[in-house]
Amino acid sequence: MNGAQALIKCLENFGVEYIFGLSGGAAIPIFDALVGSKIKLILVRHEQGATHMADGYARATGKPGVVLVTSGPGATNTVTGILTALMDSVPIIVLCGQTISPMLGKDAFQEADISGISMPIVKHSYLIKETNAIPRIIKEAWHICQTGRPGPVLLDLPKDITSAPFTGTTLDPDMDIPGYKVPGKPSKADILKMADMFKGSKKPLLLVGHGAVIARASEAIKKLAEKLNAPVTNTLLGKGAFPETHLLSLGMLGMHGTAYANKALINCDLILSIGSRWDDRINGNNNEFCINAKKLHIDIDFAEINKIVKPDAWIVGDAKEAVEELIKVVPTLDTKEWLKELAFYRKEFPLKYSNTKGLTAQYVIDCCYKVTQGKAVVTTDVGQHQMWAAQFYLSDRGNDWLSSGGAGTMGFGFPAAIGAQFGRPGDLVVAIVGDGGFQMTMAELATAAVHKLPVKVLIIDNKYLGMVRQWQELFFENRLSGVDLEGNPDFVKLAQSYGIQAFHIHQVDHCFDVMKEAMNYKGGPCVIHAEVIKEDNVFPMVPAGKSAHHMIIEAPTETMEKPTGST
Amino acid sequence: MPKPNTHTISVLVANKPGVLVRIALVFARRGYNIDSLVVSPTVNPKFSRMTITAQGDPQTLEQIIKNAAKLVDVIHCGEHDVAHSIEKELALFKIKASPTAKAFVNKHSRKYHVKIDDEGENHLILEQTGTTNELDEFEGLIKKYGLVEMVRTGKVLMAKGRELT
Ligand SMILES: Cc1cc2nc3c(=O)[nH]c(=O)nc-3n(C[C@H](O)[C@H](O)[C@H](O)COP(=O)(O)OP(=O)(O)OC[C@H]3O[C@@H](n4cnc5c(N)ncnc54)[C@H](O)[C@@H]3O)c2cc1C
Ligand SMILES: Cc1ncc(C[n+]2csc(CCOP(=O)(O)OP(=O)(O)O)c2C)c(N)n1
Ligand SMILES: [Mg+2]
Repeated sequence: MNGAQALIKCLENFGVEYIFGLSGGAAIPIFDALVGSKIKLILVRHEQGATHMADGYARATGKPGVVLVTSGPGATNTVTGILTALMDSVPIIVLCGQTISPMLGKDAFQEADISGISMPIVKHSYLIKETNAIPRIIKEAWHICQTGRPGPVLLDLPKDITSAPFTGTTLDPDMDIPGYKVPGKPSKADILKMADMFKGSKKPLLLVGHGAVIARASEAIKKLAEKLNAPVTNTLLGKGAFPETHLLSLGMLGMHGTAYANKALINCDLILSIGSRWDDRINGNNNEFCINAKKLHIDIDFAEINKIVKPDAWIVGDAKEAVEELIKVVPTLDTKEWLKELAFYRKEFPLKYSNTKGLTAQYVIDCCYKVTQGKAVVTTDVGQHQMWAAQFYLSDRGNDWLSSGGAGTMGFGFPAAIGAQFGRPGDLVVAIVGDGGFQMTMAELATAAVHKLPVKVLIIDNKYLGMVRQWQELFFENRLSGVDLEGNPDFVKLAQSYGIQAFHIHQVDHCFDVMKEAMNYKGGPCVIHAEVIKEDNVFPMVPAGKSAHHMIIEAPTETMEKPTGST
Repeated sequence: MPKPNTHTISVLVANKPGVLVRIALVFARRGYNIDSLVVSPTVNPKFSRMTITAQGDPQTLEQIIKNAAKLVDVIHCGEHDVAHSIEKELALFKIKASPTAKAFVNKHSRKYHVKIDDEGENHLILEQTGTTNELDEFEGLIKKYGLVEMVRTGKVLMAKGRELT
């Protein structure tokens, strides 16, 4: 057995089902070890695609996704995917071939210092210098990537190390990571202190984030919300942690959240974040953020406490464990007036759209929601369609909503759907993507076609880099610069050239029926090309850098000031 | 006088490749200027100690310490204050040799813990151990005798009493 075979054997023992990758000289020994392995190798067309597939697999199943690439350009092509996974706390392992160790640092063919390049964007990484250390290191990597706050771990594997014989005694050695600490059970004192904060609250608000999904805390959160009679809002990545169809759900808050969720944010007297990191898309201006509310924070990462918001009480630990303890000690609250107030906002400022000017993206997504009865695993790309999908494709289960939030990586949606479909073969998986972002990773149509994956790709084609066009229209006097996607391919023909079934939607009145046909199509992947009106904007909108007080609910009639916040 | 907002952080790390870079990245990311960084062995050969002196506001430092502590190879990371620790630094000064310079050094050698390590025809090398402040002060005094070059180790520190650094 050589190092590469030991590596693959360890991964098999962990129960790894798939490796997403693309080979090359420095990685050949590892690809060789995959011949005859239980692990299925999924050959991608670009390494970025492999990272998003592993990411989508991980988000949809909760199990780590594994990527295998060669050195140099193969390794650097994974950088965007590693960042994407880091920003959203997703467990992936990236295995990179590397030049032989005596040549390290000598500008060897296809040498890239990928350990160095990736250092700021990994949870942890290893440059492996000893064949016999492989089982320990992969065991540590497997543990580190998925415990505590999950994240990407990279292994830099010189070819001589993977080729050399493995002479160790065990494939299951002890780990040696004395500095790695995973928070234990939440402390009793912290729980009681937090529970005490609820006393007398008349306008409580629960904010659920991605951490609640990761912790699988849905059931516990439902019980907590129902005991407190507290409304619940979710971040973009917290979709599904609390059913968005629940009576107490206000849907997503933040920059493009619902008006009523943002009103709740402004008016609440207590806010408890369960696994959200108070991102600047929901807290554009910390000086005006929930000034009159007690702020409570549950997060598994101590570095998140006090990073953005100074909490009145906090618990460091797993969201599920913390909430389960909290339920036992919180009081029940009388929130009738508060819920009435929010019901008023909900009625007054609903999410809405109209098809009077032609087919809108919102309607297309709404049709998809209705046809699939809200039961699909949905991935999105980044842009306007992402926000409309968040608004109109309500999510009722954790792990069913996969979107690049922190990095906002265009090109994520389609490969993530492929990964999710591999991980959840029995479920309907729909990628809702923009015409811009889809073109960044559409080479993976081949991957979907080869494996006859039943993924659905819904392309919302507005012929623009729509989200940027919206900013230019609203904040830069409609001076459009570099947003016109002239030169788009014919997406139907493109799909057909891969032997993939394609549907075309361009009218309001046939949208629902075509959507139904497409969602019921069983013969492998399919592309649904929806041509929507070009110049629509996403509302409500809180300008970047502003607090929710500055939310605009409908298209403004005057030019707006340039935003000051991050991007 | 110590510079305002100067902090001393002690980091106990596992001896793994890349750990220095990882720590440095945490500081650089938040715009913290590292004044000195000393890496030294500990009684346990598996671990090393880093003593870092850096400048910046306390709130940012809280974040930096938490982020450093989170690194897989970091066993412990914390700030120390002068009252509860012993801190020392060593400096070598090369000055132009002259009778007045030598007389000056001899006069102050006790107060500033200075000794002459090398006496050349034209140059003297002085060695001083003390707190960062004492070193700064002596540097100021010695300048006028023709300070040619200076090397300082950077501060090391140890918690007093039972507490471990
Ligand atoms: C174009 C665009 C527009 C956007 N608009 C919005 C918007 O309007 N509204 C919005 O909400 N977002 C929006 N986003 C997304 C936004 O940028 C952030 O990605 C998102 O708000 C982060 O959500 P989060 O804090 O829930 O998740 P993450 O960033 O994934 O943070 C998860 C938190 O949970 C913690 N955690 C992990 N595991 C556990 C556990 N087991 N127990 C407890 N805690 C745990 C982590 O430490 C972390 O602090 C937008 C993104 C894009 C690209
Ligand atoms: C890799 C990458 N490059 C650039 C951006 C900046 N950006 C954010 S949204 C967007 C427009 C996306 O256009 P499209 O995919 O057509 O989606 P739409 O907004 O039109 O729905 C751009 C360019 C990004 N998020 N990711
Ligand atoms: Mg577009």
